[in-house]
Amino acid sequence: MKHIKTLGKRNLKNTLAKGGCGECQTSCQSACKTSCTVGNQKCENK
Amino acid sequence: MSNSQKIHKFRLNNKYIVLDINSGAVHLVDEVAYDVLDYYGDKDLKEIISELSKKYSKNEIMEAYSEITDIKEDGLLFSENINMNSFSYNSENIVKALCLHVAHDCNLRCKYCFASQGDFKGERLLMPLEVGKKALEFIVNSSGNRKNLEVDFFGGEPLMNFEVVKELVAYGRELEKSHNKRFRFTITTNGVLLDEDKMAFINENMDNVVLSLDGRKKVNDNMRTTVDGKGSYDIIVPKFIEMADKRGDKDYFVRGTFTSNNLDFTRDALEFYNLGFKKISIEPVVTDPKEEYAIKEEHLDIILNEYEEFSKKYIKIKKMDKGFTFFHFMIDLDQGPCLIKRATGCGAGSEYMAVTPEGDLYPCHQFVGNDDFKLGDVFNGVINSNIIKKFKQSNVFSKEECKTCWARFYCSGGCHANAYNTNKDITKPYKIGCEMEKKRIECAISILANLEK
Repeated sequence: MKHIKTLGKRNLKNTLAKGGCGECQTSCQSACKTSCTVGNQKCENK
Repeated sequence: MSNSQKIHKFRLNNKYIVLDINSGAVHLVDEVAYDVLDYYGDKDLKEIISELSKKYSKNEIMEAYSEITDIKEDGLLFSENINMNSFSYNSENIVKALCLHVAHDCNLRCKYCFASQGDFKGERLLMPLEVGKKALEFIVNSSGNRKNLEVDFFGGEPLMNFEVVKELVAYGRELEKSHNKRFRFTITTNGVLLDEDKMAFINENMDNVVLSLDGRKKVNDNMRTTVDGKGSYDIIVPKFIEMADKRGDKDYFVRGTFTSNNLDFTRDALEFYNLGFKKISIEPVVTDPKEEYAIKEEHLDIILNEYEEFSKKYIKIKKMDKGFTFFHFMIDLDQGPCLIKRATGCGAGSEYMAVTPEGDLYPCHQFVGNDDFKLGDVFNGVINSNIIKKFKQSNVFSKEECKTCWARFYCSGGCHANAYNTNKDITKPYKIGCEMEKKRIECAISILANLEK
């Protein structure tokens, strides 16, 4: 494509089937302890 | 829902970026496509050509329009709101993460401390080993089929009770074997008591260590003082440098707090980098708006600009030094969390709880000491399940402000404690925090776009 380059192709709707396993890190535990940033967490159910 | 409510577009660091809110797809576009998107779906192609004909050729507009249509048909643009009728979150009441307050005592007297300089408005107390063991048994027994469990040794200052920390790690390793679990231990420390032995133990046993420091000496020493009122920078920095160096490939974060006294906190982030720290985080202070150092709405413009300026410097550093990481600029567009995680957030009051030295359970460390939020204790388990129900129901599909916010699947509804502290309601997000988080997400994505090969 000439005008558009897709950086992230993951479709969140597709994660509903396998998602919610709860094995991933609790976001607040990792570094911040005050503000929630979930978008930077890793999925552990690949 | 109109097309404009399904996407979020912005220009930052010389990139035109479009987020598809509901699918989570992120697109880097050129100026033509960026402008066509303003009209796409509301006007037909002929009208769009007429609108933009002074700026672009007919051919360019038609090409961009066609590409937008292709991506839309792939489900990665203007995707519809997600139907969450089947949404069920932690119906088994699994607990998989604990913040263990092994010491309600501290050897610093930081002015902004939410823990009231370490005692959480109660007695100065160290967690007895037996309470800690009960806490580990509680999480093992409450974690169902979850394998990965997290325990953060927190305080006050956890190094003041380090023998108990060591014993609890050993006990955790026993429980791992007997119950087929994996404990990820982490510790958050101010560093005063760090010595060679403690560093070696931490390096061997902790998946992550959070090192508290605020940046420049004068900034740090203004807020983070010793018991006798002196600055802590000179005591701590050499120890943190040694600790970070010894971590090797293992995680650590040097974590600072900024207040209205250092709205130029980018300088503190750069101070961290110049000291040799590669993994850093600087967080806005959470406090009563009446405090003189509180962050107020009138500071927002300065703070948002500061994040933007930092993102420019960050791109330059990252091009030379890939290892440099600012917690809030980390983002993974392909391997990130699933929708359920994004909708529910940190899990406080449900999957995640804090334990006091006495063994009392609270939704998270920020609620410790507030009797209205006491959930139960590690001896008898959860007694006040109504609070848990409230926390579980507080997600981006139930919070009014989140329903229409483009950032909902990145911030996941924000911090419950921030919401409670400002609005006395965990379902009403902390507005200043929302604005900062939105800017950080835009910065993070624009950084990624600039580093993209």
